[in-house]
Amino acid sequence: MPGKLKAKIVAGRHLPVMDRASDLTDAFVEVKFGNTTFKTDVCPKSLNPQWNSEWFKFEVDDEDLQDEPLQITVLDHDTYSANDAIGKVYIDIDPLLSCEAATVISGWFPIYDTIHGIRGEINVLVKVDLFNDLNRFRQSSCGVKFFCTTSIPKCYRVVMVHGFVEELVVNEDPEYQWIDRIRTPRASNEARQRLISLMSGELQRKIGLKVLEMGGNAVLGYLQCFDLEGESGLVVRAIGTACTLDKLSSLPTAVLPACNSPSREMKEPPFSEDPNPNIHSSGPSTPLKNQTYSFSPSKSYSRQSSSSDTDLSLTPKTGMGSGGSAGKDGGPLKTLLRQQTQSALEQREFPFFTLTCFPPGFLIHVGGVVSARSVKLLDRIHNPALGNTRSYKLLDWNSFTADEPETRDAWWEEIRQEIKSHAKALGCHAVVGYSESTSICEEVCILSASGTAAILNPKFMQEGCLDSYSEHSRLEDPAPPSCGFCHIPYDELNMPFPAHLTYCYNCRRQKVPDVLFTTIDLPVEATVMGKGSLIQARLCRLKKKAQGEVNATAISNLLPFMEYELHTQLMNKLKLRSMNALFGLRVQISVGENMLVGLASATGVYLMALPAPGGIQIAGKTPSDITYEQHISNMQKKINDTISKNKDLYEVHPQEIIEEVIGSPIPESRQRSRLFRSHSESSDEVSELDLSHGKKDAFVLEIDDTDAVEDIHSLLTDAPMPSGFYSCNTEIMPGIYNWTSSLQMFTSVRVFRLNNVNLTNQGLNKIFNDLCENLLKSLYFKLRSMVPCCLCHLNFAVAVPEEELIQVAVTAVAMTFDKEQAQENFKANMEKAIMKVISENEEQLQFPLELCTETPAPQPFSPSKGTGHQDGGGIHTSARATSVDYSSFADRCSTWIELIKLKAQAIRRGSIKTTASQEKGSPLPEGRSRSLRCMRPFPSSTVSVVKMTPLSFLPGTRIIKYLGIINMFFIRETTSLREEGGVSGFLHCFIAEVFAMVRAHVAALGGNAVVSYSMKECVFMENPNKNQAQCLINVSGDAVIFVRESEAEATAAAPQTSSMQNLSGAAEANA
Amino acid sequence: MSVELDVFVGNTTIMDEEVYQFWLDGYTVNDAVKVRMEGGVLEEYEASTDVLLSDTMDQFRTFQMCERLLHTPAKLANQLLFQIPPHRQTMLIERYYAFDNAFVREVLGKKLSKGTKKDLDDISAKTGITLKSCRRQFDNFKRVFKVVEELKGPLVENIQQHFLLSDKLARDYAAIVFFANNRFETGKRKLQFLSFQDFAFCAGQLISNWTVGAVDNMVEDMDVDLDKEFLQDLKDLKILINDKDLLDQHKSLVCTALRGKTKVFNEMEANFKTLSRALVNIAAKLTNTKDVRDLFIDLVEKFIEPCRSDRWTSADVRLFLTYYTNSARTLDTFRHQVTWDRYMDVIKSCILKMYHD
Repeated sequence: MPGKLKAKIVAGRHLPVMDRASDLTDAFVEVKFGNTTFKTDVCPKSLNPQWNSEWFKFEVDDEDLQDEPLQITVLDHDTYSANDAIGKVYIDIDPLLSCEAATVISGWFPIYDTIHGIRGEINVLVKVDLFNDLNRFRQSSCGVKFFCTTSIPKCYRVVMVHGFVEELVVNEDPEYQWIDRIRTPRASNEARQRLISLMSGELQRKIGLKVLEMGGNAVLGYLQCFDLEGESGLVVRAIGTACTLDKLSSLPTAVLPACNSPSREMKEPPFSEDPNPNIHSSGPSTPLKNQTYSFSPSKSYSRQSSSSDTDLSLTPKTGMGSGGSAGKDGGPLKTLLRQQTQSALEQREFPFFTLTCFPPGFLIHVGGVVSARSVKLLDRIHNPALGNTRSYKLLDWNSFTADEPETRDAWWEEIRQEIKSHAKALGCHAVVGYSESTSICEEVCILSASGTAAILNPKFMQEGCLDSYSEHSRLEDPAPPSCGFCHIPYDELNMPFPAHLTYCYNCRRQKVPDVLFTTIDLPVEATVMGKGSLIQARLCRLKKKAQGEVNATAISNLLPFMEYELHTQLMNKLKLRSMNALFGLRVQISVGENMLVGLASATGVYLMALPAPGGIQIAGKTPSDITYEQHISNMQKKINDTISKNKDLYEVHPQEIIEEVIGSPIPESRQRSRLFRSHSESSDEVSELDLSHGKKDAFVLEIDDTDAVEDIHSLLTDAPMPSGFYSCNTEIMPGIYNWTSSLQMFTSVRVFRLNNVNLTNQGLNKIFNDLCENLLKSLYFKLRSMVPCCLCHLNFAVAVPEEELIQVAVTAVAMTFDKEQAQENFKANMEKAIMKVISENEEQLQFPLELCTETPAPQPFSPSKGTGHQDGGGIHTSARATSVDYSSFADRCSTWIELIKLKAQAIRRGSIKTTASQEKGSPLPEGRSRSLRCMRPFPSSTVSVVKMTPLSFLPGTRIIKYLGIINMFFIRETTSLREEGGVSGFLHCFIAEVFAMVRAHVAALGGNAVVSYSMKECVFMENPNKNQAQCLINVSGDAVIFVRESEAEATAAAPQTSSMQNLSGAAEANA
Repeated sequence: MSVELDVFVGNTTIMDEEVYQFWLDGYTVNDAVKVRMEGGVLEEYEASTDVLLSDTMDQFRTFQMCERLLHTPAKLANQLLFQIPPHRQTMLIERYYAFDNAFVREVLGKKLSKGTKKDLDDISAKTGITLKSCRRQFDNFKRVFKVVEELKGPLVENIQQHFLLSDKLARDYAAIVFFANNRFETGKRKLQFLSFQDFAFCAGQLISNWTVGAVDNMVEDMDVDLDKEFLQDLKDLKILINDKDLLDQHKSLVCTALRGKTKVFNEMEANFKTLSRALVNIAAKLTNTKDVRDLFIDLVEKFIEPCRSDRWTSADVRLFLTYYTNSARTLDTFRHQVTWDRYMDVIKSCILKMYHD
C-alpha cells in the first residue's frame, strides 16, 4: 500500500466547440488511474471551463505507480446521447517517484485526440505521497533514476558503473491492421497508446529492479524501442547502463518525499542521498556497504533462460592482451592490472555500456567497431494468455527454425554473445557505445547490435581485488592520455585481422592502427586537427519479393555485401576528407518488400595520434586505350582537387607525411577495417565476414566496370557544405569550442516514391543518394540565418514503409558558434591544461581526506574512490562548459568536504542534504539556489519557453537539475487526408503537436529544457485512395532545469572566480 | 519518382518574413518560388529550385496552421503548438492584420456582409490584389468589427486589447469599423482622390468629437455611433444662414480679418455666403442617416470643389476656416457656441486633411 497519488483538475482553455447549436461546450473531466475513476462536475457552456476540483486521491501500489500513467479524459456532457470525448492526456508520474526529481506536476497539458490532434489545454496538478516499502520481495523500483543521456549527467558524479541492463516485454498489438479492423481505428489506437504507455512503465520498473539488485541507483543511456511486429505482436525492449550516481551540487533540494530505499538486506545505494535514514539499521553500516561495491556476479541479474549456455561459451578465457603484448603495454604491472579488469568484466554476462561519452581516463584502449546482425522470421504469437492486457515475456514464442520455444530474449542474447566474442577477438573486454535496433518488414525482422570494443579503466568497475588506490594511480597512464585510447588493444603479433600499424604519432611509444572506427563520441582528451565532418555511406539493394524462409535467406545473403560496400564507401569518403578516424558510427540496414536500404553515418576527424591518410589512387584494369587512360587521369585529378579543397574546408593540414606513404603511389594491399561483423540466419550458425579479405584496397579504386565508375562518381557528387556550415552526428563538433547559446532543434521527414518499376541497383543508389543530399541541402538552406553554425547529432533514420517508398527522418540541432576560432582554440587548450592541473591536485588531496573518513571502515576502498576522476567526467561533452563546473579548485574542495560531512551525517542518521548545506557556509550553494529561484517563476501569462536538443548539454548554460525521463508515444490518424493538407500537412501538424506535448510535460515538471531528445520511431502509413493516413511517433529525452552560465557566474561567489583567474593567469604565464 | 512527403518542423518555429509576405499576398507556392528565385536567394546558398520549393511549401503550411490562431491573436501567446518568440508573434499579427490601401478604399464604408464579399472578385480584378489576399483582409475587417461591435469602452483600446495590434494599426481598424458602422459613402468618383489615410484621419476626428463616447465613456458602441443629441443640436446652427443680419455680420467679421492676408480674398468674399450655407446645411441635415452617409461627398461637392475651382491654396482654406469659426463666436446673438465649436473643429480638420489633389 505504498503510495497515494493525488490529482486536481484546475481549468481548461481553448476547448473546441462541441455543441453546434450554442457554439459552446459542456465539459467535464474523468481522472483514471488503474481501475479507479473520478469525475469532475460539468462546467456548462464554456470553452474555458474552471473546474477547480477537489483533490482526487488514488491509493495504489508503487508497482502500479510505476507502470500506469494517469489518464485524464475531457468529455462533453450530453444529456440525451452518449458523452463525446474531446481528448485525453496521459501523464507519466514516474518523475514524481524519484526523490530528487520533480515534486509536483503542474501546468497546462494539450488535450490530445488521435483523430483531431490537440484540442485545447487542461490545467492539472499531480502529487504523490510515497510510503516506505520494507518488503524485500517487492516488485517496484521507485527512486531509480533514468537518463536518456549517454554520458554522465552534468550535476552528478558516477561512483560506480555497474554495467549493462536489459529487459523486454511483449504483448498483443491491439491493432496490427489498422485499416481493415472492424472496430473504429480511433478506439484501437487509443488502446494502443494506453498499452504502450503501460508496457514502457512496466519495462522501466523491471529495469529498475535489476539496477537495485546490482546495487545501483540510476540508469544512464536508457534506450527504449518498440518493435511493431504486426500480427505477431508488440515488443517493447530497453537497454541501459546501470550506475551509482551521486549528486554533485549541493543545491538545497526540496525536502525529499519519503521514498523507498531498497530494503536493508539488499545492497543499498551507497549515497548519502538516501532520504530514509530510519531504514538503515543503525550501527555498522559500512560492512553493508561493502557488498555494494563488490561486483555482483553476473548470474544474479542475468536472465534465467539462456544464461547457462552462454556461460559455457564464455568460460574459455583467452588471456588476450597478456603474454606477447605485455612488453609493449608498459610493464608487467599494467598487464596485471589489465588482467584484473578483464576478469572483472568477464564475470559479467555482457560487459556492455550504452554510454558514448566517458570521463577522461575511463577508456584505456579502443579496438574498433563490433557489430552483429541476424535475420529472423516472426511467427504468430502462440499465446495462451490471449486477451490479457499484460502478458509477459516468458510466453511461448514459436520460431520457424527450431521446435523448442525461442523467445525474443534468446534472439538478443545470441546477438549479444556474438558482439562479445567479436570484442574479445579484438583483445577487448568491454563494448562501449552499444546500441540495438531492428528493422521489420512483414514477417522478416533484422536484429542489429553494434558497439565499440574497448578496454576500460578498472577503477570505475570497483573490482574487489584492487588493493590500493594510490598504487593504482601510480601505474596509470605511462603514455600521454591524449592518445592512449588510440593504441591497439590487441596483440601485434597475433592480430585479429591484417592491419597496418605504426608507432603512435603522439607518444611514439605504442602502436596505433592507421584508421579507427568507433560508435562513441570523440573522447575529450583526444587531440584532433581541424574540424570534423559528417560522413555518410548510402546504399540500396534490390531484392526479389519472396515469402518466409526464402525471403529471410535472400536477405541474409545480401547483408554482408551491403556491409562491405557501406564500409568501402565510408573509407573512401574518409580518405577524400583526409581524415583518419570515424566517431559515432551508426549503420542502419532497413528491409522492405523488394529492397534493402543501408545508411551509415559517422563523424570523421583527423586524430593527431594516427598517421596521415594517403590519397586515393585510381587504377584502370585494362590500360590499353588512350582515351580510357585520359579518362582515368581526369578522374584522378578531380579526386585530388577534392581532397585539397576538403583539407582547406576542414582545416586539416597534416604537416609531416612520413613513412612509406610517400614512397609508394599505390600502397601495398591492406585493409584497415576495424569493422568486425557477422550475420547469422539462425542461432546455431555464425558466419563471420572478415572484410580484410576484400580484394580491393581502400586506397586504390579500380575501374573495371561501370559499377566502379558510378562509385567514383557518387564519391565526388557529395555536395560541399555551404560556407559557414559544419555538420556531425556526434555530441560535439570536433574543432569547435566556442558555442553561442542560440540553438534550433528540428525534425525533418521525407518520403520518396519510386514510380519507376524497372530500377537497377545503380539507379536506386543514385536516387537514395540524391534524396539524402537534397535533404541536407534543404536543411542548410532552412537554417541559413544561423550561420556560422553546426548541425550536431544529425541522426538519419531510414525506412521502407511500402514497396516503392523510402522514408528518411532526420532529427538534429543547429547551434551557432563564434567565428573567432583561432583564439578560442588556444583558450580551450589552456582550459584543458588547467583542468588537468586541478584534477591532479584534487586527486592528491582526495586521498588523505578519504582516509580519515574511511579509517573505521575495514574495506580497502570506498564508493567515492572513483569520484576524483568522475569529477572531471562531466567535462567531456563540452570543453567550454567545463570552465565553470571545474574551474575552481576551491569549489571542489568544498564539494569534497561536503561529501565527507554527508557521510558523517549519514552515519549519525541526520537529515542529510539540508543540514549539510546549512553548516557549510560556502557561498556557492546559496548562489546557485538564488539563481534557481530567480529563474523558476516563468511569466505566467505566456507559455514558458522549453528548449529541446538531442545533445546532453545546452551551450552557455548549466544544467542544475534532472527532473526525470520523458518517454512518450503518440498515434495520430485521419480520415480526411486531403482536407488536412495531404500527407505533408498531416505529418507536419502531428510533429508540431508532439513537440508541443513534450514541451508541456517538461514545463509541468518545472523544467525549461529537454536534453538527449530523440525521435525513436516515426512510422507513417497512408492510404490515399481512402483519404486516410496514420502515424506513430515515439520520442524520449531528459527533462532538465538549466540556468544561463552568465547568471550562474554572476551569482557565484567572488572568491571562487578570482581563484579561477589566478589559476588561469598562472597557466598563461607558464605558457 | 517524386517526393511524396516533405516536412520540416523546428522546436522554435522558423519563419521567413519574406515568405510570410508572399503568403499574405496570396501567392501560390509556385509563384512565390519564382519570385524568390528572381530575388537571388538561390545564388547565395547554391540551393536548387527543389530546395526553394520545399522550403516555401513548408512555410506556407506553417502559416496556414497558424492562421487559425491569428484569428484570435490573444491565443497565439498562450497556445502550445508553436513555440514562437514574442517579437515574432507581434510581427505575425501585425502583418496579418495589415491591409492594402487600395483594397480598403474599395470596401471602406460598405456593409461588411456576404454581399460585399461576393464583390471581392471585382475588387481583386480592379486592384490587382489576389482574391485570397482580398478575402483575408475583408475577413479581418469583419472579424474586428464583430468583436468590438458589442464591447464597452474606447474603440481603439478594445481593438488593441483583443487583436494585439500596434497603436497605428488599431486606429486604422477603428476607422474601418466606424466607417462600416455608419456606412459613409466613400466610393463615388468625386471622392476617389481621397486616400484611406485621409478618411482614417477624419474618422479619428469624428470618433473623438462627435460620438457618444466623446461625452460619456461607459456606454456600448460609444465610439461607433454618433451622438444623436449633438446631431439634433446642429439644427440650431441654421440661424447662421437663416438670419440675414447674422449672416452679414459674420461675413463682415471674416472679411475684415482676412483682408490683405490672402490672394483669393475677392473670391472668398464673393462666395462667403454660398460656403457658409453649405457648411451649415451639412450640419443641419446630419439628423438624417442618409445625409450622414453623404457627409464626405457633401463636403467635397459643396465646399472643397468650389474652393478648388477658385484656386484656393490649403493655407487659404485654413485661414478662412479659422476665422470663419472664430468670428461666429463673437456674434452677439449667436447662442450655440458649444455646438458650433464641436461641429466646426471636426469639419475644419477634416476639410484641411481632404484639401489636396
